[in-house]
Amino acid sequence: MMAQSSAWVIGAGLVQVVAFVLVAPLLVGLMRTVRCRMEGRTGPPVTQVWKDLRKLFAKQRTQPRDSTVVFSMTPVVLVATTLVAIWLAPLLTTRVSMGGGSDLFAVVFLLLMGSVSMSLAALDTATAFGGMGASRLMTIVALAEPALLVAILALAAPLHSSSLAVIFATALHHPVWVATPQRLLSLGAFLIVILAESGRLPVDNPASHLELTMIHEALFLEYSGPDLALVVLGENLRLAFMLALLANLYAPWGFATAAGGWPILIGLAAMLAKLVVLAAVIGAVEVGMAKLRLFRIPELLAGAFMLSILAVVSALVIA
Amino acid sequence: MRAGSLAAALLALSSGAVLLAAAVALWRRTARGIVRALRFQGVALAATALVLGVDLRIKLMLVTALLMIAVKVVAIPILLSRIVWLDPSSAETDPVVNVPASLVTAVVLSLVAFYATRPLVHAVAGVPVTLAPFGLATVLIGFFVLVARRRVVAQMVGLLLVDNGIALAALLLTTGVPLLVELGGTLDVLLVVVVLRVLATRLHVELGALELDRLAELHD
Repeated sequence: MMAQSSAWVIGAGLVQVVAFVLVAPLLVGLMRTVRCRMEGRTGPPVTQVWKDLRKLFAKQRTQPRDSTVVFSMTPVVLVATTLVAIWLAPLLTTRVSMGGGSDLFAVVFLLLMGSVSMSLAALDTATAFGGMGASRLMTIVALAEPALLVAILALAAPLHSSSLAVIFATALHHPVWVATPQRLLSLGAFLIVILAESGRLPVDNPASHLELTMIHEALFLEYSGPDLALVVLGENLRLAFMLALLANLYAPWGFATAAGGWPILIGLAAMLAKLVVLAAVIGAVEVGMAKLRLFRIPELLAGAFMLSILAVVSALVIA
Repeated sequence: MRAGSLAAALLALSSGAVLLAAAVALWRRTARGIVRALRFQGVALAATALVLGVDLRIKLMLVTALLMIAVKVVAIPILLSRIVWLDPSSAETDPVVNVPASLVTAVVLSLVAFYATRPLVHAVAGVPVTLAPFGLATVLIGFFVLVARRRVVAQMVGLLLVDNGIALAALLLTTGVPLLVELGGTLDVLLVVVVLRVLATRLHVELGALELDRLAELHD
């Protein structure tokens, strides 16, 4: 019985990784489609991102002259750290293969490692845009990562544990209709961080190639072929992963607490449904948004940081 | 009021919203934005009074809530919007301390409020008293708005934030100031805003602007 259960636990991790790799590009495609439809355009099909990726994977690898191993390793590091984070985190059931490894700090630092390696690679090519993009990304990450950590910690503070499995299980038992101040404040902070980290409006325009404003595009300007495909896949995976964390923290319906065939299947179905809804909402909200000026972005992120700390203060006051 | 009951949850939500509104007033740059935050704070304050009144069965608290809506949600924001309309130059808040630094200060002030009220919270039992730090934090943030924002409208909003913070702390600590005192306090604030509005009009006529920094010297 024990051996069978642990086989399911490992199976859950594998299902998570495979499902997210398949779904993440489709989610980004869905955001684009929703946006196009709301603007009265037909837009590309939802599967367009996958078609682009397939095309890129078939191309020849190129590397800028004088660039080092940092440049060629980064796409792999970005995808690998994100996949490990997805493997570690309890996204479908609370029973995860790594047990105590599903730690909040481990997951956030894995994501941070991806960001840092991206900006190192951008510096490695020694182009002007790469340097600009790297410095902008670090400005954003320095404010966004603490906000993300503190926002989740506000919910974990009464539990005295930073294990994501424990935090999510508590979220599941918390009656959702009781909207406590700390939940709402940390939700606000979390939403801003997701938009900033994944380079969506109002922080960065994913469709823009204007040199003066771009952040994420500037980072992987030098990549092409399979490397570019990996970077795009990595970015899509990060967005899908953050949305999954959001869903499990604030809308944990259908999240399984056991490891077995049916719980994993139900957890997967619930997670996919929530991801589709979130992606559609983000796509729809972006239609009515303009990009912030670059100098206003620290204000927005400082606001996210403030919201997350106020969430901790509320948790302390109310506990 | 039991801890964990619906009333306690609603009270926590509404008093948390009062603090959030104060922080948003510091976050926004436009006068219209901070007046909107002030109006939202008025709604949250009235909701706090309403929840307390219904839960503790104090009928006069409902009158207090209505009074707060009339003064803090309707009358004062309209008066403030008129000043912006009169003098378009006060539409921006013109911060002395930039926004990210202000927000970090607000965070520090909230923590100070939390630790400063700890002895009080430990000494007195009851759910409303545990929420008193939100009131003190709002007062401190209001003072900071007074110090760090230059234009007339922002300064008036700072003053009103201080007043709302005191009103919240009074509601939570005493579970209902006598109506007469509440009436006096709220109407006083309305009077202050009316006087400041007249003063602002007068300043505008004299100087053509509402910059307080220009009032550096005395005239005959």
